[in-house]
Amino acid sequence: MEKVNIKIEGRIYSVDKDLTVLEAARRCGYNIPSLCSWNHGKCSLASCRVCLVEIRTARGGKLFASCVYPVADIPAEKGFEVFISSPMATKARKASVELLLSNHSKDCQTCVKNGHCELLHVAQVTGAEANKYEGELTPTTYDDLAPGIVRDTSKCILCGRCIERCKEAQGIGILGFEKRGFQTIVAPVMNKSFAKVPCLQCGQCINVCPTGALSEHREIDKVDAAMKAGKKVIVQTAPAVRAAIAEEFGKKVGEENGTGRMVAALHRLGFYRVFDTNFSADLTIMEEAQELINRITKGGVLPQITSCSPGWINYMEFFYSDLIPNVSTCKSPHEMFGAILKSYYAKKHGLDPKDIYVVSVMPCTAKKYEEARPQNAVDGLRDVDAVITTRELALMIKRAGIMWNSLPEEEFDNDLVGEYTGAGAIFGVTGGVMEAALRTAYHTLNGKEYEAIDFKEVRGLQGVKEAEVDMGAAGKVKVAVTSGMANAKKLLDEIREGKSEYAFIEIMCCPGGCINGGGQPFVKPSLMENEDPDILETYRQKRADVLYTIDERKTIRQSHNNPDIQVLYKDYLGEPCSELSEHLLHTSYVKDRE
Amino acid sequence: MDKINSVEKLDKVIEDCSAAFSKKIRVGERTKDGKIAILVCGDTTCVANGSVDIQSELEKALKEYHLEDKVTVNHVGCFGLCSQGPFIKIFPDDTIYRTVKVGDVKRIIEEDIIGGKPVEDLLFVDPETGKKIQKQEDVNFYKKQKRIALHGCAVINPDYLEEALGYDGFKALKKVLTTMTPQQVIDEILASGLRGRGGASFPTGRKWQFAANVQSDQKYIVCNGDEGDPGAFMDRSILEGNPFNVIEGMMIGGYAFGASEGYFYVRAEYPVAVRRLKRAAEDLEKLGLLGDNILGTGFSFRVHVREGAGAFVCGEETALLASIEGKRGMPRPRPPFPAIKGLWGKPTCVNNVETLATVPYIIRIGAKEFAKIGTEGSKGTKVFALGGKVNNVGLVEVPMGTTLRTLIYDIGGGIPKGKKFKAIQTGGPSGGCLTEKDIDTPIDYDTLVAKGSMMGSGGAIVMDEDNCMVDVAHFYMDFICDESCGKCTDCRIGTKRLMEMLTKVTKGTATEQTLEDLKELSEIIKNGSLCALGQTAANPILSTMVNFPEEYEAHVKEHKCPAHVCKDLMKYVIDPNKCKKCSMCARNCPASCISGVPGKEPYVIDQSKCVKCGSCMASCRFGAISKE
Repeated sequence: MEKVNIKIEGRIYSVDKDLTVLEAARRCGYNIPSLCSWNHGKCSLASCRVCLVEIRTARGGKLFASCVYPVADIPAEKGFEVFISSPMATKARKASVELLLSNHSKDCQTCVKNGHCELLHVAQVTGAEANKYEGELTPTTYDDLAPGIVRDTSKCILCGRCIERCKEAQGIGILGFEKRGFQTIVAPVMNKSFAKVPCLQCGQCINVCPTGALSEHREIDKVDAAMKAGKKVIVQTAPAVRAAIAEEFGKKVGEENGTGRMVAALHRLGFYRVFDTNFSADLTIMEEAQELINRITKGGVLPQITSCSPGWINYMEFFYSDLIPNVSTCKSPHEMFGAILKSYYAKKHGLDPKDIYVVSVMPCTAKKYEEARPQNAVDGLRDVDAVITTRELALMIKRAGIMWNSLPEEEFDNDLVGEYTGAGAIFGVTGGVMEAALRTAYHTLNGKEYEAIDFKEVRGLQGVKEAEVDMGAAGKVKVAVTSGMANAKKLLDEIREGKSEYAFIEIMCCPGGCINGGGQPFVKPSLMENEDPDILETYRQKRADVLYTIDERKTIRQSHNNPDIQVLYKDYLGEPCSELSEHLLHTSYVKDRE
Repeated sequence: MDKINSVEKLDKVIEDCSAAFSKKIRVGERTKDGKIAILVCGDTTCVANGSVDIQSELEKALKEYHLEDKVTVNHVGCFGLCSQGPFIKIFPDDTIYRTVKVGDVKRIIEEDIIGGKPVEDLLFVDPETGKKIQKQEDVNFYKKQKRIALHGCAVINPDYLEEALGYDGFKALKKVLTTMTPQQVIDEILASGLRGRGGASFPTGRKWQFAANVQSDQKYIVCNGDEGDPGAFMDRSILEGNPFNVIEGMMIGGYAFGASEGYFYVRAEYPVAVRRLKRAAEDLEKLGLLGDNILGTGFSFRVHVREGAGAFVCGEETALLASIEGKRGMPRPRPPFPAIKGLWGKPTCVNNVETLATVPYIIRIGAKEFAKIGTEGSKGTKVFALGGKVNNVGLVEVPMGTTLRTLIYDIGGGIPKGKKFKAIQTGGPSGGCLTEKDIDTPIDYDTLVAKGSMMGSGGAIVMDEDNCMVDVAHFYMDFICDESCGKCTDCRIGTKRLMEMLTKVTKGTATEQTLEDLKELSEIIKNGSLCALGQTAANPILSTMVNFPEEYEAHVKEHKCPAHVCKDLMKYVIDPNKCKKCSMCARNCPASCISGVPGKEPYVIDQSKCVKCGSCMASCRFGAISKE
């Protein structure tokens, strides 16, 4: 990269020419407070005015938002100087924060983002006074009608990160600025509820929101109520949760595989059984691989597309429901688990399914929507009764006074449905479902294991990955893996136009897969002093690595080799895609959902 | 008309049109077979005052009198002196009539057209001598004006391309396309010293040069007609009066830096301008003066018209471009400047209507001649929308360097009712106030800035002793609060807080600390806002605080509004000695708060109930009621 000399606070530094002043300053050792900038200025609107610096020439100094100002335009040779701590700049930054605070609901103590609030952080570092300015507050909206996301505009600082995030990740732009001037709010069109617009409930907006304006729809109360009512509350945890939950307790990203301590904590929280959704991920693979084989060998509709991601299912139903025949009818793993718990498991233990209350711990806010879909119930009984996010589980652990670091490592309960394989574990990262399904499909088609085990072609965090895999008896098969709907759109348009060459496509709603889900711990560089400055670039890979390590260390790495799964089919379900399987484990979709 | 696909054809058409046009608006004696031309002002202000009806009445009456072959009637653009419209002008006598009503039409035809004598009571009157004035050029209002940007306004029918072609239209374009290289055009504009008329006053030639220096498969030129300052209507009148001139200016710009597409962004509140502009573009396209390979020179250019939805901020160039792209009209940070990365990411120059309207003139007469007009740093003329407490409200175009005194007294005709001049607000909501001490300052970009105001797009609102300067600042702040796009913190919340502080001052609840806070926050917003709207939002406060500190102090310390404008700080009182006990005030009081006994006891206002509407004062025939 070409370099440019810039002068910051009187010293000359050579920096990459394509950087913004904010980024360049960071590399030179100056952390300029900022709010609206995200992802190294790629999503910056320069709206918050918290990162103002003074750029001075012989003609005098002027303030500019450092998050968007290109260093290429201010070479030191031409007499440009950047001042971060000049009286003009410090005063302006402080005033911007004070103005934001003057129009902010200040119930910080009870705020859902208490401890994760970037506004509080910049207030601290700019030395802002809480009540420097006082006056009218912008009329606000509180929207908790949607199952996954809650919007409270009284805490919104209109930084626009969520708007940009929704556009960038999902390509749909559910959020935008509404009204103008002091009345401006960030909202879905016409300030409608998230429940009334084609929102995927993916929660990517929550992850970037610097304040408590966007948060998950909490369901901890539902769990409490079920416990109180004496239900047999069974909890299951998704693979991606363990990759990140330790971050909530001060661990660096990717530092700890949280499985053991998480299970120990869940035991201490009083759950009747603690299971791993990985078991049902294996089950999903059995069903989905069979479905794929059926489609390939019996001339069904191809490509088959995965159905584990409820955000993707939402997207499909809103915008691509003509592709319903392509989408696997498999329920997502935790729903399958719920259905099995309330049938097979209940039957084996002589329990009344009505007494079983299934709680899913998910990295996802869209799962909260999925939980309530009418299609995800068997004989009038909901498969899953409550979904809590990784963040909510961390809150429950903290609420109970459980000290993470003091927890021992415990195993999931080994009770009929307790075993899981490495294939299940990698569900949490983009490409994981594909890889797991290929392992089992290969075995079914060829009667032997795929020797290399790993299908590394489908790993990695790129937006769209394509591979041609040798399926032995079935010949070479083209597959694709994508995450983020903005990326998926291209593949979907190809199918629509009849140009798709693939047999199987994995689609995850959140970029990078579930490890980056909308319910995962926040990654906020300004609040994570011990992390490397490039954490926003690396956190997904670090979390993914946790899951791949779990997979590698598992002795059983193919779903079809899971002994509990084998027993389940032998004793209860019969074959994959059998009539009973279809009844319990498969679902249907809505055309042209509005 | 046939397609004009060569320079020769254009020459011929221009020749024919010029001959026809100069025959039509010939000034001189009436001849027996000579035709009479009637021009009716068709600018929005006059239309609002009934000029369309006047025109149709004229046409109807001419038929009745069998004069339709002898007399032509055309609507034209703005005459400027809008407070005295609608106007009618008659050639070859060169008679101008003002405040014409439908009822005057028959008299005009009978007395003037048939009788050959002007209708005396419709003529202008010289305020000093009381004598009637027949010719426009003899009216004081017009004497010191020079129409460059308003070229063709009030002369040509803006709906007829033939008239534009007959009145200098497209001569400049021809000159550019046939005798100049693009760089020569830029050099010419640079040499002319033309600066943007929209407010920022950036040299137009330099802007074009920036865009010319960027290599791109596509470039755009955008005309900013999103005129939003309260009381300003320069751009509207130019577009309504001679849209062809602006299109020509745009084409010259496009040729200069390589744009083949032009966008007009005009407020939807200007339906007449939009209609005429669209028609002008259509007619030009039909004739081949817009489209591919214009005049066979290889230059191609197309024009699109976009209507703004009425947001003041869309006058800011990046917000304007966002709006054209179909996005919410919000500014984005610069750099990158539009000249590098503008509309749809392509190099784009955004020029004001008045700027583009000046370009053809510069090309026609040459940069050297143009640069003789105006001052050292500000060349040419500037159009002002003169309003407020001044006798001649309207549109004026004066050379740069004209003093405020000339503007207000010679052209504006002074302050009504013999009141005292207090201030003139220039530059609209972003500008500031100039006072008596600045009245002999020659107006140009730099002097205005040095005096704490700005040229802006050309609003000029005169205030007299009855205006409260805190109230004026409050008014502009209210406007800015409404019009802030809401994107950046300083503007969105800061202006609201300023507004709240000002409200405290006008209510008498402010303290001296409030004034300190006002000043401090004003400076913060000025320095910290994202776009020019926010950066200039506090100007009305800062400039009134500098020029009228005593008024602020009176509100704060004495809880008095010296101009008796701020309702919470003034009251109406009845002087018992002057009161004739007629009960008129009490009968007109909507709040029933005036009591007294008719013919017996003087009337008294119950201040606790008074809503300060002023009805009593207006109804008192004895001057017994005053503001305190």
